[in-house]
Amino acid sequence: MFDEGKLLATGGVSNIEGAGGGGLATWALITGYGTHDGFGVDAHITYLNFPAYSLTTWGVAAGLWDRVELSYARQHFDTEEIGAELGLGHGFAFDQDIYGAKVKLIGDAIYEQDSWLPQIAAGVQYKQNDQGLVDRLVGAKSADGVDYYVAATKVFLEDSLLVDTTVRATRANQFGLLGFGGDGNSGYSPELEGSAAYLFSRKFAVGAEYRTKPSNLAIAQEDDAWDIFAAYFLCKNLSLTVAYVDLGNVVIANHQSGLYLSAQAAL
Amino acid sequence: MKAGQSIVFAFIAIAALSTSVKAADALYHDLGERPGIANIVDDATANFLADDRIKAIFDNTNIDRFKGLLTDQLCVVAGGPCIYKGRSMHDAHKGLHLTDHDFNALVEDLQKGMDEAGIPFPTQNRLLARLAPMHRDVVTR
Repeated sequence: MFDEGKLLATGGVSNIEGAGGGGLATWALITGYGTHDGFGVDAHITYLNFPAYSLTTWGVAAGLWDRVELSYARQHFDTEEIGAELGLGHGFAFDQDIYGAKVKLIGDAIYEQDSWLPQIAAGVQYKQNDQGLVDRLVGAKSADGVDYYVAATKVFLEDSLLVDTTVRATRANQFGLLGFGGDGNSGYSPELEGSAAYLFSRKFAVGAEYRTKPSNLAIAQEDDAWDIFAAYFLCKNLSLTVAYVDLGNVVIANHQSGLYLSAQAAL
Repeated sequence: MKAGQSIVFAFIAIAALSTSVKAADALYHDLGERPGIANIVDDATANFLADDRIKAIFDNTNIDRFKGLLTDQLCVVAGGPCIYKGRSMHDAHKGLHLTDHDFNALVEDLQKGMDEAGIPFPTQNRLLARLAPMHRDVVTR
């Protein structure tokens, strides 16, 4: 049943929202190593350390028949000193649950090397954070929201290159950690995620990502995010990702960039 | 003048032709031509036969003949001057009921074989890129 039949690295890693992808971007690949005839499951933990904040995320995900992906992730956003400056208390934290589902619609990122058609998947993420009161204080409209996305991923094997483009409709402020919608803009905005990775070997890939985000809150401009990453797949059961991530301005803290560390265990 | 023009055109045509032949042959050359490909096939086949996931597929296979056919086929796929006389991929795998799991096991054993033959990873991928579409003829279940 857990056939571990997919090729190494072809389920991607676990991204910041717990979906199969890179770090910031969600990919069309189905997480884990289950093939068309089996299942794959994985668990991950990710830690991001910024000058003013830290974010710890853990989660579990399942890939069914290399067709459907279900995921759950919990994000813990620690405001450290900024919490005190905002009058919330030092170490004030936002916790957010993210429930995700993704379905592969058409194409195959790996096998169909004679076609330009990428693997295309559509997905939905329900996000709910536990600080509705504070969310409203900073100007957000609600503490929960739904993201919708379409992802297109292709491995250009001839050039050892993976490319992804994802369009996301979202109301989330800082991935939802600061609520959804805002006094600036409360509706959905179309946002873009892109990744490119060069495969140095079957085990090792290096790449860069870019992700645009809405800027809904009047109190602070929200910037786009980008990263450069290196992922190492020790075997199908374990991968490690290291990245340098830049989120730009996050509420009253400018230029939040820092280290991203992630480990994924898969079956 | 007319003859001169013809010669120039012929020269350009030959240059263009030789460039395209060269491009088609680049992968064949990088794999070590026919001897290099035969070497890869030896290593890969040893891996297939030692792989508990897929070795049963070869129970009724004449291994020497299989190696010869696979070498011819990879030679053709790589752009080499060979002739593949075997059955089509669809006909050769019809009735074997191979799965993605089997196909990927074969790929992994081929990759290992290319490692053993000292083929660099980007060159391996150039060959795999041409083999990958065979998935639709090989996997029938």
